[in-house]
Amino acid sequence: MKKYVQIENVQMSFETKHGPFVALKDIALKINPGEFITLIGHSGCGKSTLLNLIAGLIMPTDGVMLCADREIAGPGPDRGVVFQNHSLLPWLTCFENVHLAVERVFGATESKAQLAQRTQEALALVHLSHAEHKYPHEISGGMKQRVGIARALSMQPKVLLMDEPFGALDALTRAHLQDELMKIVAATNSTVVMVTHDVDEAVLLSDRIVMMTNGPAATIGEILSVDLPKPRNRVALANDAYYHCLRAVVLEFLYQKQARKAA
Amino acid sequence: MMDIRKHLAEHWLPPITGIVLFILLWAMLAHGSDTLPGPVKTWDSAVVLFSDPFYRKTPNDQGIGWNILNSLGRVGIGFGLAALIGIPLGFMIGRFDFLNKMTSPIVSMLRPVSPLAWLPIGLLVFKAANPAAIWVIFISSIWPMIINTAMGVRQLPQDYLNVARVLNLSEWKIFTKILFPATLPYMLTGIRLAIGTAWLVIVAAEMLTGGVGIGFWVWDEWNNLNVEHIIIAIFVVGIVGLLLEMLLVQIAKRFSY
Repeated sequence: MKKYVQIENVQMSFETKHGPFVALKDIALKINPGEFITLIGHSGCGKSTLLNLIAGLIMPTDGVMLCADREIAGPGPDRGVVFQNHSLLPWLTCFENVHLAVERVFGATESKAQLAQRTQEALALVHLSHAEHKYPHEISGGMKQRVGIARALSMQPKVLLMDEPFGALDALTRAHLQDELMKIVAATNSTVVMVTHDVDEAVLLSDRIVMMTNGPAATIGEILSVDLPKPRNRVALANDAYYHCLRAVVLEFLYQKQARKAA
Repeated sequence: MMDIRKHLAEHWLPPITGIVLFILLWAMLAHGSDTLPGPVKTWDSAVVLFSDPFYRKTPNDQGIGWNILNSLGRVGIGFGLAALIGIPLGFMIGRFDFLNKMTSPIVSMLRPVSPLAWLPIGLLVFKAANPAAIWVIFISSIWPMIINTAMGVRQLPQDYLNVARVLNLSEWKIFTKILFPATLPYMLTGIRLAIGTAWLVIVAAEMLTGGVGIGFWVWDEWNNLNVEHIIIAIFVVGIVGLLLEMLLVQIAKRFSY
């Protein structure tokens, strides 16, 4: 089977005043089409750095990164990114924010009506058709994040990259968006890489959980396959022994094997 | 009923008290002086003056309305030219670090110079009073526009630039959809500062260059020893300045996100 994203021996170091700082080293990961991967680890372990590398926002100091057999040489529309702080442009409406992305990818080949339709479809996917003419400051944090997801998905990316997309939301909104995300991913058959620090979120959503060791020079510690049947239901899983077993594996990794001294 | 009274007490009472006290103080000072006219005398004079604001007798004797409009015209042209040159320059200085470092010593050195010091250069180059006055306005309003626009560009949040990079936007799209709207509030601050300075400077510039304008009018009335008119001119300059400021604040409000 073709690997969608392939990361081999990637190392990332940053120049600082006190010499080079190695953030990541010996990262190797292969991601299959349609797979949902979460990156989990303590803060500062470089999981966001790894995501930014796949996004092409930063370049690795060493190693090879491929997306659909092509080298990642910078950001591209084949990789849609959802930022933690939504990053919508405040002077554009929800429609215009998504349209900006649609126009960039399909503007050369499709008519204006088709572009508008794509934009509307993307907003309908996240159930925000009613808010398309609203500005970001007029909608809630959860809705903003949904627009961010719509913007990323509207480009029909090969991979959807999400950097703690629900981290800034309250617990109930977060649960609601996780459920929506599961439906969207199932409907669009998307390949997803998501950074999180929430163990429940990781187990609920993932096919595989990539657990990262503490930095500096962080690397992939363990990879846990989550073979719970889909579609998953958070209420049913709350009483599922296997779910708790998987959860315990992640917790053990984070709080025993990679225990952090009190910060 | 209580709400209206409370509103009046909170919003209108303090400024009205201030104005009344100011006029009382003025009346007291005028009462003890034989040269300074009091509020009543000034008011009477203003009524006469504003009953015919747009007369034209000789080139140097025109209504107060013409004087104000002429001054506003000079400010408008000088300020407009400054915006036309200063804002694009500010964008470039903000966007390209090399250009910033290149121009920064020159801007820092020239900015604190009183705009009036540029008047002789204007007279020398244009050989006429009117363009020289416009030139002074241009010089005084260009610095805030360059500096604030450049600052706005430099303050652009990294998040927005990341969006531009992930969406792979063209330079033109980055400018129209991200850079320009993000910089607009800073630009408007620059414009506000610039128009404030320009209106401040025009009175002094016109005193030196002459012609029709509120500044020269003040000087002319000083030569006529018509002190009431000088006081009226001070109020007129103040009120027009206030109106310009309020107009720009209203515009800026529309573009704050």
